[in-house]
Amino acid sequence: MSEDRIQNLVSELLAEHPPETTSNVEFWGAQYDKGLAWAWHPEGFGGLGMSRSDQTRIDQLLVDGGASTENRYLNLLGIAMGAGVLDAHATDEQKRRWLRPMFTTEEIWCQLFSEPGAGSDVAGLATRAVKDGDEWVVNGQKVWTTLAHIAKWGMIVTRTDPDAPKHQGMTYFIVDMEASGVDVRPLYQITGEAEFNEVFFNDVRVPDENRIDAVGAGWRVALTTLMNERVAIGGGSNPRGGGYIGQAVDVWKETGQDDPVLRDELLHLWAEAEAARLTAIRANQMASAGIPGPEGSTGKLAWANLNKEITALTVDLLGLDGTLYPEGYELSRPERSGLHEPSKAFLRTRANSIEGGTSEIMLNILGERVLGLPGEPRVDKDLPWAEVPRG
Amino acid sequence: MVDVQVSYAPTDEEELIRDTARQFLQDRIGLERVRELMMSDDGFEPGLWKEMADLGWLGLAIAEEHGGSGLGPVELGVLLEEMGRLLTPGPFFASAVLATMAIQQIADPESQKRLLPSLAAGETIASLAVYEKPRGWEVLPAATTAETAGDGWRLNGRKRAVLDGHVADLLLVVADTGDGVGVFGVDASADGVAVSQETTLDSTRRQATVSFSGVELNKDDRLDTGDVPTALTRILRMASAALAAEQVGGAQACMDMAVDYAKSRYQFGRPIGSYQAIKHRCANMLMKVEHAKSTAYHALRVMDDSDELAIAAPLAASVCSEAYVWVAGESIQVHGGIGFTWEHDAHLYLKRAKASSLLLGSPWHQRDLMGLALGI
Repeated sequence: MSEDRIQNLVSELLAEHPPETTSNVEFWGAQYDKGLAWAWHPEGFGGLGMSRSDQTRIDQLLVDGGASTENRYLNLLGIAMGAGVLDAHATDEQKRRWLRPMFTTEEIWCQLFSEPGAGSDVAGLATRAVKDGDEWVVNGQKVWTTLAHIAKWGMIVTRTDPDAPKHQGMTYFIVDMEASGVDVRPLYQITGEAEFNEVFFNDVRVPDENRIDAVGAGWRVALTTLMNERVAIGGGSNPRGGGYIGQAVDVWKETGQDDPVLRDELLHLWAEAEAARLTAIRANQMASAGIPGPEGSTGKLAWANLNKEITALTVDLLGLDGTLYPEGYELSRPERSGLHEPSKAFLRTRANSIEGGTSEIMLNILGERVLGLPGEPRVDKDLPWAEVPRG
Repeated sequence: MVDVQVSYAPTDEEELIRDTARQFLQDRIGLERVRELMMSDDGFEPGLWKEMADLGWLGLAIAEEHGGSGLGPVELGVLLEEMGRLLTPGPFFASAVLATMAIQQIADPESQKRLLPSLAAGETIASLAVYEKPRGWEVLPAATTAETAGDGWRLNGRKRAVLDGHVADLLLVVADTGDGVGVFGVDASADGVAVSQETTLDSTRRQATVSFSGVELNKDDRLDTGDVPTALTRILRMASAALAAEQVGGAQACMDMAVDYAKSRYQFGRPIGSYQAIKHRCANMLMKVEHAKSTAYHALRVMDDSDELAIAAPLAASVCSEAYVWVAGESIQVHGGIGFTWEHDAHLYLKRAKASSLLLGSPWHQRDLMGLALGI
């Protein structure tokens, strides 16, 4: 897509719906209708058949023009992952029903994959869906569900054929989170906050028209979701010296320290963070230029390690003050915030190497998919799911 | 802080240089030949040097008016990365990179016109003689002195870690003149110059200790113009960025070797690369190699921006040095017993990696420089 055409479309949108006099929801609706929501989607579904990198350009122009792109954060799981799933697997009717209110944030989305018994091995999940006429009846428990307490729709993977091998017996649905039998409870984490939920399904009825792709194709759809998730987590776009390394440098300077050992540790992490940041930029450029390479696959792993090490050092730099926890541990729902203060960040970043694929799983993926190393022998691969040992 | 944005996607010309270099190096100086040279007295093959000159490599980054190809640091980096992959021995880094950069950055136009064509043609091998102390990389103040003697100069002192000094024709010597620091072009065969080749950890890159005892120099043997300390800082930054590219190539070769071995070596009935203990090691190598590439490619692309280079060069030097040493070491571990043998190539890379990480400043030293540039 030419720069001019993008510029013209954005200018039109901004002229017809001036951000200063238009509500966000109305603006985002108009943005969707113009095909500037997911530029790579087909026309009529929030896109114009452009490329993903065109969207970056569009968003920059929108921000420059005073428009908000906050919906991408407010409805992150829908806009960054759900839309990709619908684009790849849904019927046109389903896309028409869900994409627009997703983009406007009128309907918030959540993702229901992990279960108490299915973490890294998410394909081992046990939540059952049983066909009953034109509906499916869902029973089971999901966990680590962000936004479930405010979500209208949930992307859920269920077990529909326990006698098939585990990857084959799953089916993917969009479930109404306001339906009867859905029970959402906060899951308090080590910071004292509940960013996540546990979600219980007790005879929840889901119409068959909410099924995504074929019965038994759930794993394929789930993989689309997970790929979009890792893109969203790995693609950190902080400026140089931003994020937690910036916080660490600020603490170093504000506390007036000069210990040479701590200074080298700080500089070491600064260098590693900058290397990871440059790698993300290089990966984006190479992807835009159509040159495939391994540089795009290391970000999630790199940032998980770095965030943990950097925030741990920041607490060290604070010395005795690092033993304090200013926000307290009153169990609560988090407010939206940028960076956490250091001792809380130290705790929160422990999850970075677990959420969205543990670092161990990410290393497996790099080893097997990028380097072509052989997989571990799998004892459960061809067994009927019902016969796989679990616990 | 302003982010300096550059383009990292390789151009067609860079790809062509890479392909040509890889082919030539594999054909002419594969690892078997490297081993032969490594065991020879001077580790240098004049025929190969001539071929490199004919290919335009020795003058790659020298201006066309001085007999070079007029290409830039990015293209030079591509060549160095390929040389790093195969541990190409000889004075390329010493002469075509470090000494050439030094002449370009420090010498007056007349001296450049006199010296550069002969370097580009491979007729003169040059090396920078700047370090004097066994530890620490501060190059100033220099203990080596150049006092005025008649119309010229008289040089006294001793330099160490003169890269490939044993085959150099021209030594670029940093010396205190009593009125500031100067850089002198010294004929290595002149009276009073004693070149002593050291036995080095890395046999594929040699070093010499060079003594100067009352060496008589002409007036125009003093090459420098302008602010020498600033120029020296700049030269060492540029050379660090170039060396980082060579380190990237070596680290990549170590990783490739380890991954190939992990796929073909069977224990307990399956390839060792199927075990997470080995697979994760290899995946971590990939991450370090990719990070190293990013810093080296960035530094090579900001050579003309001195503020950015002050951060980017030591960043690349510290990241690439540590990555190469780590990957070379892990590669030996993945190879197990065979990796510890003389017969296997893994140790050649470990030796190159460790020595390279100290030649222009240890990772700690480089991070210190980076911190000063960042105000940390």
